Amino acid sequence: MSQTSDPAILIAQIKDKLGIGDDKVYAVMGEFSEPEDLVEAGRRIREMGYTKIDAMTPFPVHGIDEAIGIPYSKIGWIVICGALAGITTAQVLIYYVGAIDYPLIIGGKPLFDFTYSIPPTFELAVLFSAITTFMCTWALSGLPRLYHPSMNYRSAHRASDDRFLLVVEADDPKFDAQKTAQDMRSVGANDVEVVEG
Amino acid sequence: MSAVVEQDPQLMVVNPPLVQGSRDLHDLTDQISSVIEAKVYETPLKYWITLACTGSIVLLLGAMLTYLVNTGIGVWGNNKPIGWAWDITNFVFWIGIGHAGTLISAILFLFRQKWRTSINRSAEAMTLFAVMCAGIFPLFHTGRPWRAFYWLFPIPNTDLNIWQNFRSPLIWDVFAVSTYFTVSLLFWFTGLVPDLATLRDRATSKVRQVVFGILSLGWRGSARHWRHYEQAYLILAGISTPLVLSVHSVVSFDFATSVIPGWHTTIFPPYFVAGAIFSGFACVMTLLLIARWLLNLQNLITIKHLDNMNKIILVTGSVVGYAYCTEFFIAWYSGDIYERFTFLNRAFGPYWWAAWSMYTCNVFIPQLYWFRKMRTNLWVMFIISITTNIGMWFERFVIIATSLTRDFLPSSWGYYSPTWVDICTFIGTIGLFLTLFLLFARFLPMIAMSEVKGVASIEKHSFAGQVEGSPSHR
Repeated sequence: MSQTSDPAILIAQIKDKLGIGDDKVYAVMGEFSEPEDLVEAGRRIREMGYTKIDAMTPFPVHGIDEAIGIPYSKIGWIVICGALAGITTAQVLIYYVGAIDYPLIIGGKPLFDFTYSIPPTFELAVLFSAITTFMCTWALSGLPRLYHPSMNYRSAHRASDDRFLLVVEADDPKFDAQKTAQDMRSVGANDVEVVEG
Repeated sequence: MSAVVEQDPQLMVVNPPLVQGSRDLHDLTDQISSVIEAKVYETPLKYWITLACTGSIVLLLGAMLTYLVNTGIGVWGNNKPIGWAWDITNFVFWIGIGHAGTLISAILFLFRQKWRTSINRSAEAMTLFAVMCAGIFPLFHTGRPWRAFYWLFPIPNTDLNIWQNFRSPLIWDVFAVSTYFTVSLLFWFTGLVPDLATLRDRATSKVRQVVFGILSLGWRGSARHWRHYEQAYLILAGISTPLVLSVHSVVSFDFATSVIPGWHTTIFPPYFVAGAIFSGFACVMTLLLIARWLLNLQNLITIKHLDNMNKIILVTGSVVGYAYCTEFFIAWYSGDIYERFTFLNRAFGPYWWAAWSMYTCNVFIPQLYWFRKMRTNLWVMFIISITTNIGMWFERFVIIATSLTRDFLPSSWGYYSPTWVDICTFIGTIGLFLTLFLLFARFLPMIAMSEVKGVASIEKHSFAGQVEGSPSHR
């Protein structure tokens, strides 16, 4: 707990000083300098029987999801619901405004017709989808948050720079601080550390 | 999934690496972040002088808008029969500029064009700033911008007690442009989050830690984040692509659904979209050349990037030229005397100088880009990027002014010239645009670090002729 690179860590340090922080182990973490090594190590760690594995990387490393068993994102299905909500909103709005609440007769044109309602309907479908996508990206990732125990790892700040971190979380049934740390070293991780949080 | 990729040295000339100089990921982080982390006196003086100049022009914009609101829109030159003049010209001009940003960030992403990574962030920012500048004109054209929300958006209110007419393309435009701005903003911010996390992790001062800590939303680059993030990025790119095509189509409906000769044509949507991309790319080019020079980014924004952009300018410029020819042909072929008159009047009437500036800048000058020497010469591309934007501004002016000056009845003919307020307001928006862009380039990562690292990581293997493990980290 010596890093002071983030306000969240400061909060953790204050908690620690006040004696209200929990000292329980969060995970065993190790680092790699090449993305390929991370994928390979992740695959081997998973083959050892670990299930709660995570990786922290500066850019999306393809192949890591399969290697450590992270399922495909379901975000698309939620966005379809957003798009349908947008279409419905637009059609109801245009019908209510033009045909019910304030009928304006202009050049004998119909009070409601789906042809002229297409452009605003399309735009609202896009708008609702975009907002849904945006919200879901963060919500499904458990963000925004100010603190995460992985930030206690001494090289955590390099995961957004040039290092590829592998994490085996403590809630893993097979987890044992000593043994897991050894396993991490055996797959080639550098700087292996038992991280508290 | 492994394959040996060997780079033929002769191919290096044809297909040079996209990230030059610094190979190491840490060097890339350092180079891009150093612009943002530099002390005030470490940023080149030329930057602050440029910012001071553009900032002064923003004050001019503020003064002009205050004068307009206090006095009334009579201070602008539009009047019968030219009810739409510089304000709509400028609106369409700025919206068009924005389109290149979305094209680069969304369409080129879907086509897996890796060269976009060095320029997409700044192009997206440019989109946002251009749409802001565009919004000023219709908003202030209402005369009472503080009440315009009730007029433009379907918000229940006691101000008017009426609703919008959804049969009008003008309300479609409100939906299109506001959606476009919102989606571009979300797309841009989503792309920024991993880079903001990098800045947070590098921050040394308390203020930076707090600001970037909050803005980065606690991003830690977890594989569980990236899988949602990548999917979201793909979806945003996927929906932005039809969106960007719809926005300028809807803008063109403002004209095409009317019965004015010269406006009432079905070619308008594709013609406007091609013109928008054409002018937008030219504007990205101008800004990148300036930023590249001011902030020394030659190794990231390489000649190859600029060459590729010039090719797109050549293609879209030629599409625009083709549209001009089609318009003339259809005017003749339709047999409609008003349509024929409008187009003859466009080329040889009182605004002949505007029309010929437009043909020269948009159709003839970009043909120089057939030659590789021209596409890779910085001075040539800087000048062509500016003439292109002059030409595209004239295009909108010509479409709007020539059709309106000559009504069906000669008694309603007129001539439009801008007032000094028109001119200063337009110059003011250019100042606003440049100021916002310069601030962005200095205070936020102008180059998408996480994306460039992905490209650099692939290139490191392919250019070293080593075994490439997993073929596509984006």
